[in-house]
Amino acid sequence: MLEAIVSLTGLGFVAAFGLGLASKKFHVEVDPRLEKIEEMLPGLNCGGCGYPGCSGFAEGLLAGEVEVTSCAPAGEEVVAQLADFLGLEVSGVVRKIAVLKCGGGVDKAVIEALYEGVEDCRAAVLLGGGGKSCRYSCVGYSTCEKVCPFEAITMGADGLPVVDPDLCTACNKCVVACPRDVLVLEPVDHQVIIRCSSPDPAGKIKKVCSVGCTGCGICEKVCPVDAALLDGSLASIDPERCVECGICAAKCPADTITDGLLPRKTVVISEACNGCTICARVCPFDAIAGEAKELHLVDPEKCVGCQLCIPRCSVQAIAQTGPPAPMEG
Amino acid sequence: MKTMLLVIISTVFVNNFVLARFLGLCPFMGVSRKIETATGMGMAVVFVMTVASAVTWNIQNFILNPFGLQYLQTIMFILVIASLVQFVEMFIRKISPPLYQSLGIFLPLITTNCAVLGVALLTIQKDLNFFVTIVFAFGSSIGFTLALVLMAGIRERLEMADVPVPFRGTALAYIIAGLLSLAFMGFSGMVK
Repeated sequence: MLEAIVSLTGLGFVAAFGLGLASKKFHVEVDPRLEKIEEMLPGLNCGGCGYPGCSGFAEGLLAGEVEVTSCAPAGEEVVAQLADFLGLEVSGVVRKIAVLKCGGGVDKAVIEALYEGVEDCRAAVLLGGGGKSCRYSCVGYSTCEKVCPFEAITMGADGLPVVDPDLCTACNKCVVACPRDVLVLEPVDHQVIIRCSSPDPAGKIKKVCSVGCTGCGICEKVCPVDAALLDGSLASIDPERCVECGICAAKCPADTITDGLLPRKTVVISEACNGCTICARVCPFDAIAGEAKELHLVDPEKCVGCQLCIPRCSVQAIAQTGPPAPMEG
Repeated sequence: MKTMLLVIISTVFVNNFVLARFLGLCPFMGVSRKIETATGMGMAVVFVMTVASAVTWNIQNFILNPFGLQYLQTIMFILVIASLVQFVEMFIRKISPPLYQSLGIFLPLITTNCAVLGVALLTIQKDLNFFVTIVFAFGSSIGFTLALVLMAGIRERLEMADVPVPFRGTALAYIIAGLLSLAFMGFSGMVK
């Protein structure tokens, strides 16, 4: 017993001593910045940047092959820190999350077959496309939930994935894994979303889904900022232009467009108003009225809470009713 | 002298570790894409195997056997192999960064290369003396390198060949490995 302990410990010490000496003798100088960058990175090794792990990304950063902002899990703070460390400039980073472009849950889409194969969307799509009639729908076998390294996706009661905006890091894994391409990355602030990916014409869509985009073009007509566009018989919203007014969601006859900002908070104008009329001119919904140089009033019936007027007010007299909305500016 | 020669021939050709004993297949498939890396890997294995079996022979005969500690064989041998691999890794990193890069994960994986432990255990099993042990280990590692380089050579040439789609990549590599092994079977029985 004693011999065993002594001999094994002894051998361990000899090996440790030898390796210690060797590491001094064969010490390789690495860029000291590399270690610092690795410390700053989230260390999740998600691979969303395209490099094998965070150390690979750190090397890529040092070599100047990649932008600081390519690291999705790193928040604004970390990105700013990295940029500062590397002496780079960062232009406004928009945090993105995965968004489901399909609203056809089991209660809304027509189900024509019973799929009993492997519980995986990719397998289901290979085998005739799962149970739903729509060829562009989310098949709902939770492949995205399984590939998500951050547990940001859960399957809802209607068989559609729900993305937790706080946990999603836009690592793109679910987008790549989804065989129907119904998951896309969109800015986290963008809340008015068209939940349909089917380019099929209205007649076909109506037969397979109650919330499919029929291409009626109403959203395009009502959009005050030309963000909603109709391409064939599928509408899309440009997140860059969209002001999140939600009027398209309210007007959509098929309820394809969802508005994540409901219930909306209307704005009120306080006594500080100097009657400059700018807000009345800015408002795309004619919800603000008033004479020049007099207190303006908001019509709560017309106001959709788009907040376009707030940053334009010269005396900060406009505020939202109730607690602050989840959106800024 | 004759014994030494026979041991070398036996370990390199007749009882080739990869192609006749089927040990160390992981690096055989993993690092045999380019002759350059195959040679580098082979050299690392030559070093680790030879030194490891020299050390393990001494451990077996001067520590384990006299004190009746044969049950510590595996852990002791692995400890020796792991330390040597660490050393080789540092050495290669210092001497040749490109080789270090191309060997990648397979360098630390020599630790778990069953061929290395296999040689150490076989020499004990066969009850060889110290010098024959070293020659045996050296020959074995040369045999390993030979298999690796042969494989890499064939795979390099096949890169240019017009291979039918279903056979491309790993499938073809397995077929070549099988054919190579068959060819080496021709040596069997020449030396015991």
